[in-house]
Amino acid sequence: MRNTAMNMVYKLAASDERVLYIGSDPGAGTLRAMSKEFPKRHLIEGISEAHIIGMSAGLAMEGFVPYVNTIATFLPRRCYEQVAVDLCLHNLPVRLIANGGGLVYAPLGPTHQAIEDIAIMRALPNMTVVCPCDADEAARLMEKTLDWTGPIYIRLGKGGDAIVSKAEHGFEIGKAILMRPPGEVLMVSTGIMLQRAIATADLLAAQGIRAGILHMHTVKPLDAEALLQAVRGIKLVATLEEHVPSGGLGSAVAETLIDKLGSGLPAMLRLSLPDRFMHNYGSQDSLLKKHGLSANAIATSIEHALTASLTSAPQLHST
Amino acid sequence: MIQISPHAEAALTCTLDERSLYLRRLVLGSVRSAGRGHVGPALSLIEIVRVLYDDVLRIDPKNPRDPNRDRAILSKGHGCLALYALLADRGFFPLSELDGFCGPDSILGGHPEYGMVPGVEASTGALGHGLSIGVGLALAARMRERSYRTFVLLGDGEINEGSVWEAAMGAAKHRLDNLVALIDYNKLQSYGPTDYVLPLEPLADKWRSFGFAVQELNGHDVGALRTVLTQVPAAPGKPTAIICHTVKGKGLPAAESNADWHHKNKLTDSELDAIRVAVGDF
Repeated sequence: MRNTAMNMVYKLAASDERVLYIGSDPGAGTLRAMSKEFPKRHLIEGISEAHIIGMSAGLAMEGFVPYVNTIATFLPRRCYEQVAVDLCLHNLPVRLIANGGGLVYAPLGPTHQAIEDIAIMRALPNMTVVCPCDADEAARLMEKTLDWTGPIYIRLGKGGDAIVSKAEHGFEIGKAILMRPPGEVLMVSTGIMLQRAIATADLLAAQGIRAGILHMHTVKPLDAEALLQAVRGIKLVATLEEHVPSGGLGSAVAETLIDKLGSGLPAMLRLSLPDRFMHNYGSQDSLLKKHGLSANAIATSIEHALTASLTSAPQLHST
Repeated sequence: MIQISPHAEAALTCTLDERSLYLRRLVLGSVRSAGRGHVGPALSLIEIVRVLYDDVLRIDPKNPRDPNRDRAILSKGHGCLALYALLADRGFFPLSELDGFCGPDSILGGHPEYGMVPGVEASTGALGHGLSIGVGLALAARMRERSYRTFVLLGDGEINEGSVWEAAMGAAKHRLDNLVALIDYNKLQSYGPTDYVLPLEPLADKWRSFGFAVQELNGHDVGALRTVLTQVPAAPGKPTAIICHTVKGKGLPAAESNADWHHKNKLTDSELDAIRVAVGDF
């Protein structure tokens, strides 16, 4: 996903002179071709992320479209004030390419795991938050970033995520994609949780439970229209995210349903990482599994919640 | 201990001319109207901003977004009363706006906001942001082959921020001789002396070691400011840092080098009388 996004920056740079690449201290191969072909628009600025955000703001004020690339945790955590003031307050078209969102850097421990980034970025006025599910979708997303007004936080997974997105679905920032029509259950996922949602839906189907999937690649602005359409007539909505329970996709979906429906809410199950730092290593997949976000565990959680929802009033569940 | 430079001593005794007194009356009129304002940080800046806007910046108040204008960012946004006085006096907006400072319908807040105030190039107030934005503006001029210059006004307390030094490294890396950092070195921050809160010396050497061409002067000496600021860059291929030795609260004896006047709420009758004695009726 990362390589694809980088290649897209190069492609966009070739077609549009406004495009800049700004990296902190990325691996040596990052956009080497662009550095040769467009050296003035390929900037490596060192491990000075706060400065890079301000500098990108200055460049955007002068009509450039900077694509800033660094590890996901350093954008929301280290640069929050710069992102808030320099980018969002000025509403500038800077694109933050966050490498390794979620648990991609599982072996490197909590300092490198971006598990609260969606909440942090979603809180900012004017910020757009997008989490593509695979490399193909990352490419479609990047094409749409060129003329989007305001800053964008792009949460990338790693290389090798299974390709599950489809070209025929197209891609529009802020427009959710209905991957499977809802039955009694609707799963709403973002980023690489889509792969788990698809596997879960297959497991549930084998149990006779029809589960739809709404891929909410854009968490902000949330596609309320698509969500309201998809929850019509369902019994349970389950949100799946590689994120802490506060402020992420589950929060956004719950807020939207409460704001728009007020009453008559479906039962809701918010499946997420727990509210704590991950003091385990291993792999992204092993940590997801450990915290109940494998397809098997999700299917079991949904079955239990579905049973509960049939015997009690609507309620929120959370891991 | 603070190293007392001859410029710092000169700043203490520098006599103010009628225009400098007039601009102070505008600043203090805003404070009187609003019942609040950062007095000390604005009064230390008056001459720096004055020379910039009167004699240096290539700007047109009737076309504040002219692509070829020089850019100036007040990174120490809390000194905005000085900037507002100059912008109003130069015709970017009516002088009457100064009376609305911090009011509910005003364009003038306690920190300057981009898009609200004609002539303001960036929203500032959170410290340590301006120089990075300035690097971006200056780099853009280089890339677009435009001749505008970028000036960034920094507070001495502000340069406690690490992001300022990140930006300094970036400016030197790109050899941005179209970028000028002006440091309002009044040696007093909100809590107390900079030498106590976080010592800055040797300040000129710091900037020099970060790759800047450095000038030092008395920041209340209009002639010296004019000479140095009209001869930037101080060295080809290097960004310029101009350390302006100033006095916080300059021009009001009660406020000079007095941390109690960093931010002032409501002026008393006796303070208003003292201001009239110092700068004239306002």
